[in-house]
Amino acid sequence: MHLKYESQLREPLVYGDKTYKQVTEDIVRPIEAKPTKLWYVGFYIAVALLMFGVYSVYREVTYGIGQWNLNKTVGWGWDITNFVWWVGIGHAGTLISAILLLFRQGWRTGVNRAAEAMTIFAVMCAGQFPIFHMGRVWMAFFVLPYPNSRGPLWVNFNSPLLWDVFAISTYFTVSLLFWYSGLIPDFATVRDRAFTKLRKRLYGIASFGWTGSTKHWQRHESLSLVLAGLSTPLVLSVHTIVSFDFATSVIPGWHTTIFPPYFVAGAIFSGFAMVQTLMIIVRKVFAMEDYVTIGHIEAMNKVIVLTGSIVGIAYLTELFMGWYSQNKYEGYTFWYSRAYLFSPYGWSYWGMMACNVLSPQIFWFRKMRRNIFVTFFMSIIVNIGMWFERFVIIVTSLYRDYLPSSWSVYYSPTIWEIGFYAGTFGLFFTCFFLFAKYFPVIAIAEIKYVLKTTGEGYKNQMTKIEDQKLEDFVHEHAHH
Amino acid sequence: MAKKKFVVGCFDDEAVLFPAVKKVRTAGYKIHDVYTPFAVHGLDHAMGLRETSLHTAGFIYGITGTATALSSISWIFTKDWPLNIGGKPHFALPAWIPIMFELTVLFAAVGMVLTFCYLCQLAPFVKKHHFHARATDDLFVMVIECTDKTNTDDLQAFLASNGALETKVEVAEDGWWLGRYDKDEMPFEEKQIVAA
Repeated sequence: MHLKYESQLREPLVYGDKTYKQVTEDIVRPIEAKPTKLWYVGFYIAVALLMFGVYSVYREVTYGIGQWNLNKTVGWGWDITNFVWWVGIGHAGTLISAILLLFRQGWRTGVNRAAEAMTIFAVMCAGQFPIFHMGRVWMAFFVLPYPNSRGPLWVNFNSPLLWDVFAISTYFTVSLLFWYSGLIPDFATVRDRAFTKLRKRLYGIASFGWTGSTKHWQRHESLSLVLAGLSTPLVLSVHTIVSFDFATSVIPGWHTTIFPPYFVAGAIFSGFAMVQTLMIIVRKVFAMEDYVTIGHIEAMNKVIVLTGSIVGIAYLTELFMGWYSQNKYEGYTFWYSRAYLFSPYGWSYWGMMACNVLSPQIFWFRKMRRNIFVTFFMSIIVNIGMWFERFVIIVTSLYRDYLPSSWSVYYSPTIWEIGFYAGTFGLFFTCFFLFAKYFPVIAIAEIKYVLKTTGEGYKNQMTKIEDQKLEDFVHEHAHH
Repeated sequence: MAKKKFVVGCFDDEAVLFPAVKKVRTAGYKIHDVYTPFAVHGLDHAMGLRETSLHTAGFIYGITGTATALSSISWIFTKDWPLNIGGKPHFALPAWIPIMFELTVLFAAVGMVLTFCYLCQLAPFVKKHHFHARATDDLFVMVIECTDKTNTDDLQAFLASNGALETKVEVAEDGWWLGRYDKDEMPFEEKQIVAA
């Protein structure tokens, strides 16, 4: 009666002969079980890192930006590198949850919840850097346009730095709403099978009194679709605007029109690598190999090799333009400060090239795409590479300016700059550990929705439909 | 907000649910709602529900955001405090596109989520009557509203003959109230009677 057909040629998205009940059981299990020792170890390490970060930031706020090694030309160092890196990581979550929803990619259902959580935590980490870079952080609210008693003195709406304020805060808000609206039905599932009072009460509050009414589902579907439609240009705009922070300046190496697409591709590239890192751990620790399958990992590796190659083309284009423009400052930045291995920061450029362009090419091979260890290792390599990319862009353009008199000494971070970065790792993983323990890490309702088309146990029934005569098939399904 | 009498039928397969919905409707019963663990596509049409206009609301919120950004920035930069930024025009429309876009998205998203919560009456601390605890797990729960003339035994038998695994009659509050899920309180209607 209800037509659910998918070719057997497609790999199942859910392994095993699952029923709806089994799906609920599998995904809610970590919430209902006591956390493992490994969870506690990981959680406490994350909290310790967070504490170190808090202390580093405390020093920076108390004594000022001088706690960092920024100097008169390298005014953006690790902090803005980390900001761009974290924002970029966030992009994969929105790509999976929004763009792949619009493209009707069924495999997104297995990973979208965790990827969206990653987005939110990554944007939280990213936001810390520009805020604390302000120095007098208690004045941070000055970036908001509101009628004030200082004139009113307004912000500069023509500045990319202000666009960033709007872009990042909108991105965070919309991602949070999208994520939470998807969580409501799943919280209701946890609530309705809870056997402890506390869990019933807390998930009762979190699920907003969700009943599963058909009318509510209809509105929920409409809401998800429109939020996906809104998030798609939003996510592209966010990294475009982040790239404007550089591209609208007249610094050699920054002043290029290629930046927006190149940054967006790089963001998706690094974001997918982080999703791989997290999902490979989550599926192992929570025994969710049936839901986050090797097929999911392969699909994400395909995105990684695509976006990595786009980024590679962008690097080569920049090098070409550095020569073709015949601008000596551009030429110096690209061919000496960056591409010349023995220049002061040449190591970072070639580190970036090796991690981002050369090594992901192994994913052209199916065997490599479907190998967990290779994927995990590569996901770390890619994230190191993408960190180097931002470091290269920022530092190699700044440390040697137009005038040799304003060339700066070799910039390297202080322990408190590193501590701040480590602290955001602490924040990210503290949040992620709590999420993994208390939230359904896979979208339960969405898995149930695709179960009868793509579940392994149901796939076999497709043969029956495939063997049917056309007239019978039409007769059975046409009236629906 | 009132107490009503309902007949509840639980199904475990959407392939059985669809013909049942059709038959119940042709038999002239009023389906109060069908509670499902996930969005069953086409069920809203089968039940005869109209399309939602939530996306239209989203569009209106979106253009409100665009208008807010454009009008505020142009007033601020041309009337209230015209800043001279490198001699560039005060009305610098291309430079405002990013913020206009961001506010469009922000207003549309926030507005739609709030409207969604309002329409579905969803909020923290809100509690509703749940006809079956497994409606959020693996059962499709059809709830039919009874009138004075409804013969509940006949209706239950009718549901069972159409594939319902479990049927029951329930008197329940059809609205929402502020409550906790770890406690079985009586809805507010009861309290008013006590007070009177």
